[in-house]
Amino acid sequence: MTARDEVLARLRAARDAGGSTSPAVPREYRRTGTLPPGSAAAVARLDETLTDYKAAVHRVRTEDEVPGAIAAVLRDAGATSIVVPAGLPAAWLTAYDGEVRTDGPPLSVADLDATDAVVTGGAVAIADTGTFVLDARAPDQGRRAISLVPDHHVCVLRADAVVSSVPEALARLDPDGPLTFVSGPSATSDIELDRVEGVHGPRRLDVVLVGPV
Amino acid sequence: MTTTHLGMPTVASDPHGHLRGTESFPVAAHRALADTQLRQNLGHATRTIRAKRAAVVGEVDDWEELRRAGECLKADVMARLPELLEQLEASVTARGGVVHWARDAEEANRIVVDLVQETGADEVVKVKSMATQETGLNEALGAAGIAALETDLAELIVQLSDDRPSHFLVPAIHRNRSEIRDIFLREMPDVDPDLTDEPRRLAMAARAHLRRKFLSARVGISGANFAVADSGTISVVESEGNGRMCLTLPDTLITVMGVEKIVPTWSDLEVFLQLLPRSSTGERMNPYTSTWSGVTPGDGPQTFHLVLLDNGRSNVLASPDGRQALHCIRCSACLNVCPVYERTGGHAYGSIYPGPIGAVLSPQLTGISGPDDVNASLPYASTLCGACFDACPVRIDIPHLLVQQRAAAVDAHTRPTAQDVAMRAAAAAMATPGRFSLAERVVKLGRLLGRSGRIRSVPGPGAAAWFGARDMPPPPAETFREWWARRERTRRDRT
Ligand code: SF4
Repeated sequence: MTARDEVLARLRAARDAGGSTSPAVPREYRRTGTLPPGSAAAVARLDETLTDYKAAVHRVRTEDEVPGAIAAVLRDAGATSIVVPAGLPAAWLTAYDGEVRTDGPPLSVADLDATDAVVTGGAVAIADTGTFVLDARAPDQGRRAISLVPDHHVCVLRADAVVSSVPEALARLDPDGPLTFVSGPSATSDIELDRVEGVHGPRRLDVVLVGPV
Repeated sequence: MTTTHLGMPTVASDPHGHLRGTESFPVAAHRALADTQLRQNLGHATRTIRAKRAAVVGEVDDWEELRRAGECLKADVMARLPELLEQLEASVTARGGVVHWARDAEEANRIVVDLVQETGADEVVKVKSMATQETGLNEALGAAGIAALETDLAELIVQLSDDRPSHFLVPAIHRNRSEIRDIFLREMPDVDPDLTDEPRRLAMAARAHLRRKFLSARVGISGANFAVADSGTISVVESEGNGRMCLTLPDTLITVMGVEKIVPTWSDLEVFLQLLPRSSTGERMNPYTSTWSGVTPGDGPQTFHLVLLDNGRSNVLASPDGRQALHCIRCSACLNVCPVYERTGGHAYGSIYPGPIGAVLSPQLTGISGPDDVNASLPYASTLCGACFDACPVRIDIPHLLVQQRAAAVDAHTRPTAQDVAMRAAAAAMATPGRFSLAERVVKLGRLLGRSGRIRSVPGPGAAAWFGARDMPPPPAETFREWWARRERTRRDRT
């Protein structure tokens, strides 16, 4: 008997012995959030929750202000080189005067490690938790390594990507992934269970939030 | 510096792996209780996390509804486990992954060692995983000449100091910052000799130590927090980014998961991704959650293996009530609120699953070979105060399971003691949900029945030593719940 057949046979026998009646799952929790998607209130809440977990948030009213905001953040960090996914809107980088490395064809890990920052878009953001989600297959987000290896991540989020709750976010995402849920810069709670920022992932996280201020 | 090194074989000689210690809970707890530094470290850490958890759980007005959904989702998974696993296997395979099945720890280790050897790598990077702790994978890899590098900060601390994990979430919870600094200074070859014990500096030291390894790793090994049957999506929840490194940069990824980690559909994650972070690290959301499905051309590992581990889980599934222990999402909230865990720490439980859930899970996974089996003492590692149930995000009725397993042990006795009888009555009372406080009263009856007002004979090997160490007459005259209610009343009156 193969391990597969044996494990399945054991589990079937055990399941039948222990009971095979599935309970109905009560879905009485909130599946739509308290704040309307894309609303000024949702964006304001996201600002708060991102900031609370040590992301730096930069609010701009319109898409036209994005290039200036990105350039200002990169200048402040002293980033002389950045990597961007192949599908990042070119207009976003017009005010940045450092070196732009486009990840197509793919850069090596060593190249990524020698790059100061990465600029991406985001698929969806969750106001309640201060989270944004990167979809590796979205052209403006790119494969996972580019938003992981550089030590500084700048993410541009539009108001229409902002939802209030976790269920609303998952409903917008494709489980075929790969997806990365990001809530603040890398951190650890491993020393006396207190949160300290800055371990293996990007230690600096800036979010440019486009929408009603 | 305090070292709490309790007897655990370094190589898993038991086919079950690290689910059993070498001495009974009372004996191990007795020694742990004498370690003042350990108690201080645990007290500080668990107090911190309890406050954080309470604050973020308080923000969620549908918390109880989420808990109930989580409970039923897990019960549904158990009722359909074989079918869901076959579905998961098909989904993962369709997306380019390879699925393996392991009857026990030994078999899982053999599968992983073979897979690593096929790649020719002599080193792997690992993201913290209870499943591979359970199987003793690192020792098996080591025996095959493959170095397994733990990359989670707490796991790294444990590995560097040749210690054992004592908590699900923070395996080095028993270490304070200055002990961690000492370990780094001693064990990291290129560490800054002026390293301070500031947590930020310690985190930086870990980053520097592992960076090169991540960037050159060819094989990554992970566990899984959740696996979605219908989409083949695997999810790893973490904080530091070491998980992202292990899941993204290597050419080959091997994920080992217990068969119970499955959820039916993608949207079911909406419940668990709310319950888990708030219950474990006390955060609205942990810094990073990765999800992936099979292999994605051009992104991440191009070879993906999923190892599905039984290792006693089918034993647990066969028990109508006991199978609740398989609902556990390893958040560690029950450890953090447990008055026994807070005093003894995780090592005293022997098994790598400590705390209230460990006390009901480990004996069921291994089975009890007889009265001298050290795991037979675990259901006694509790005051039955009920705090674990209140904290559990998926509403596992741990007190009920504890009493039930004590009763099972009692059945093996020929002449029941007064305490035995009370325990059996308590088990019966607890069979109906909502009657827990009645059951607590019945347990107290055991106290009245005890001839000298102290319990002299408690079933379970060496239990008397445990009670002796705590120097109190158990069960207490006042249960924890009553004590808490009284304390709350007094505090309210004062303010
Ligand atoms: S039993 Fe419940 S509280 Fe304890 S670790 Fe598991 S899920 Fe968390």
